[in-house]
Amino acid sequence: MRPTPANLVRILVPIKRCVDYAVKIRVKPDGSGIDTNVKHSMNPFDEIAVEEAVRLRERNKEAITNITAITIGPAKASETLRTALAMGADSAIHVEIPESLTPEPLGIAKALRALIEREQQKEPIDLVIMGKQAIDDDAGQTGQMLAGLLDWAQATYASKVTISDDKRSVNVVREVDGGAEEVEWLRIDHLSHRFSSLEPRYASLPNIMKAKKKPIEKLSSEDLKIDLTPKLEVFKYEEPPKRVGGGKVANVDELVAKLAEAGIKAIPTS
Amino acid sequence: MQLLIPTSTRRLAPSKPFHLHRTSQCFNFGKNLILKRCYSQPKRGSYASVQPEHIHALRNILSNKTSLLTSIKGCDATVESVSESELDSFNVDWMGKYRGNSKVVLKPKSTEEVSKIVKYCYDHNLAIVPQGGNTGLVGGSVPLYDEIILNVGNMNSIRSFDEVSGIVTCDAGIILENLDNYLAEFDYTVPLDLAAKGSCQIGGNIATNAGGLRVIRYGTLRGTVLGLEVVLPDGQILDSLSTLRKNNTGFDLKQLFIGSEGSIGVITGVSLLAAPKLKAKNVAVFSLDSYDAIQRAFIKTRQHVGEILSAFEFFDQAGHRIQQVHSRNPKKIFDAGRDAAFFVLVETTGSNKDHDDQKLAALLEVLIESEIVTDGVLAQDTAQFTSLWELRETITEAAGKTGKVFKYDVSLPTSLMYSVVEATRKHLAELGLYKGEGSDGKVKSVIGFGHFGDGNIHLNVISDSYDPEVQSALEPFVYEFVAKHRGSISAEHGLGLQKAPHIGYSQLPLNVDLMHQIKSILDPKKLFNPYKFVYRPPLE
Repeated sequence: MRPTPANLVRILVPIKRCVDYAVKIRVKPDGSGIDTNVKHSMNPFDEIAVEEAVRLRERNKEAITNITAITIGPAKASETLRTALAMGADSAIHVEIPESLTPEPLGIAKALRALIEREQQKEPIDLVIMGKQAIDDDAGQTGQMLAGLLDWAQATYASKVTISDDKRSVNVVREVDGGAEEVEWLRIDHLSHRFSSLEPRYASLPNIMKAKKKPIEKLSSEDLKIDLTPKLEVFKYEEPPKRVGGGKVANVDELVAKLAEAGIKAIPTS
Repeated sequence: MQLLIPTSTRRLAPSKPFHLHRTSQCFNFGKNLILKRCYSQPKRGSYASVQPEHIHALRNILSNKTSLLTSIKGCDATVESVSESELDSFNVDWMGKYRGNSKVVLKPKSTEEVSKIVKYCYDHNLAIVPQGGNTGLVGGSVPLYDEIILNVGNMNSIRSFDEVSGIVTCDAGIILENLDNYLAEFDYTVPLDLAAKGSCQIGGNIATNAGGLRVIRYGTLRGTVLGLEVVLPDGQILDSLSTLRKNNTGFDLKQLFIGSEGSIGVITGVSLLAAPKLKAKNVAVFSLDSYDAIQRAFIKTRQHVGEILSAFEFFDQAGHRIQQVHSRNPKKIFDAGRDAAFFVLVETTGSNKDHDDQKLAALLEVLIESEIVTDGVLAQDTAQFTSLWELRETITEAAGKTGKVFKYDVSLPTSLMYSVVEATRKHLAELGLYKGEGSDGKVKSVIGFGHFGDGNIHLNVISDSYDPEVQSALEPFVYEFVAKHRGSISAEHGLGLQKAPHIGYSQLPLNVDLMHQIKSILDPKKLFNPYKFVYRPPLE
């Protein structure tokens, strides 16, 4: 039974702190990982998710009661939460984990489920908007796993979201191979957002100032009673093979000869 | 490599392959109205004209067939003649404003080749224009008549680099951005940054003593260039390529060549003190409602982040609006949109992100709470750094797309910098040439932007064409304004062809005399980059 009026929607936006997308990734010489002593910022797809949540609220001012950003990450991830707050989220939750721990999608999904269940008692979460994938592991699984664990409806590759007038359902336009597909639910639940033409806003100074005063709740994985130990073991990281230069040929005969060397034979056409 | 150049496409940003915009007005200097109105165009000096036998001799000096491009017909089989339009990218400047008539472009591959070429030209009385990336803005890098173009672009290797001291020695033809990318691998950076970095070459930067965006942090090239290798006008190689920080043994000859605009030698080698590349970067853009507010913001900025400050740029509303019109990516930065009177871009670069963030946060709070700024944004990731910098860096390009630009790059006392823009608007309005921003006067727009921290403003007056009426309204008005306040008529762009006649507005006669004496000693035949920089027409 929901204690809050059914008309108001609370949105949860999970975000991840990743290596900044513009950084050139370098693999450590021993292949054990990548050089993480570089600039980090919010996963660009998560920026879009935050932006979508904030725009939803701008379009439906009375409908959205609260936008909460959550991250499961090391201490420094709180900066990423501050960015989300500066973009317009109202409050934030930081599940702090040791820097050495790299959680997996299933672990994250379970943590999010634990959190959502915890919040059911106080102020239930109605809608979760997530980025399509994280740019470090490119897994793209967390949203789908979370929907499965919660048994909630999900729309993936969302490009346009509208909340119905009676606030009881959500209409989502999804991008599919042939174009777009509209999906409508009766219950407000869960969607994950695709990288579309939505551009995240800059964090403005007044909002940055305000964000400092917005609350960040700190939790640990014990608080949520979940175990984030990875179930997968990474053996090695490798850079892709370096591109070998091409060569110039002087004429067609030489081209044919080189192709023959590579094992490609000309087939006579009649 | 030569591109076939279509006749009516626009020149894009320097880092993309460029096309040239040719208007219906012919800029062949014989008919150039601008120079005729302003002062009489210098007559062609009594230099030899290039003949096929010169081409053959030069061809024999060069190791590579492609190092010589010529449109002169009648050469032997070792030389392939091209059409004149294929030399356009060397004969025409970046703005499409100045067009030379050179028939030969040489692209030597080594200092020895340069030396032999120059000696040959000295012996045969052939005039030379040294050229690098050809991104100069005062017509200094293209010929006026048929001077031979000596382009160092093929000399682009790094000679050595010392990771401990950060001193790099390289050829003069290396593109600035490529040098920076090389140094980045070692966590160093070139102490110079400007919008043309994708095309300009370090030799040219030094020959013009380029300023750029980071003078406030690294100082000018006069401090960071440690040594130069220069080929003198008689062909001798001056090896001043020291890598020492301190060397007080006689006159510092390299300082003569820094900023000499190719008039007394061609720079072929450079040794430069690179700066450590620090990881923590922040970029913020503010909106302000008065020029006075910018000055107060500058004081606060120096107080709170002075030691990590790496750029303090400003631009006005008119400049911002033009940039947004032509931007690939027009994104509203503030809720107030484009209505603010001024904008300031602040960049900090330091070694520790947490410390820098704290210092910057303190500054932001002070600026907002004291209402010095009306609004602001802070970049959250590298994509936003780039897009915020674009707001400032692409104004020049946007101005070029809006119309033909009369550019004035001046230094003035800080409190007076913007008054040159206001005075120009008023003056043009009084003459009926300017009726407000974007309206239908001959002058569409008057914008001001620049390096606030260096006391350097770029005044851009945008018109439909390089109209002589607008030209005479602006000159000598702007120069007189600057002279009255003891400023410089060319803070960083140099004199080139455009400002050579006006040197007197910023230098006293005795100073100019000494400069001519130096020129006569080093280039007695006046073969190097004639008609420009420090130039006196020969007495009739």
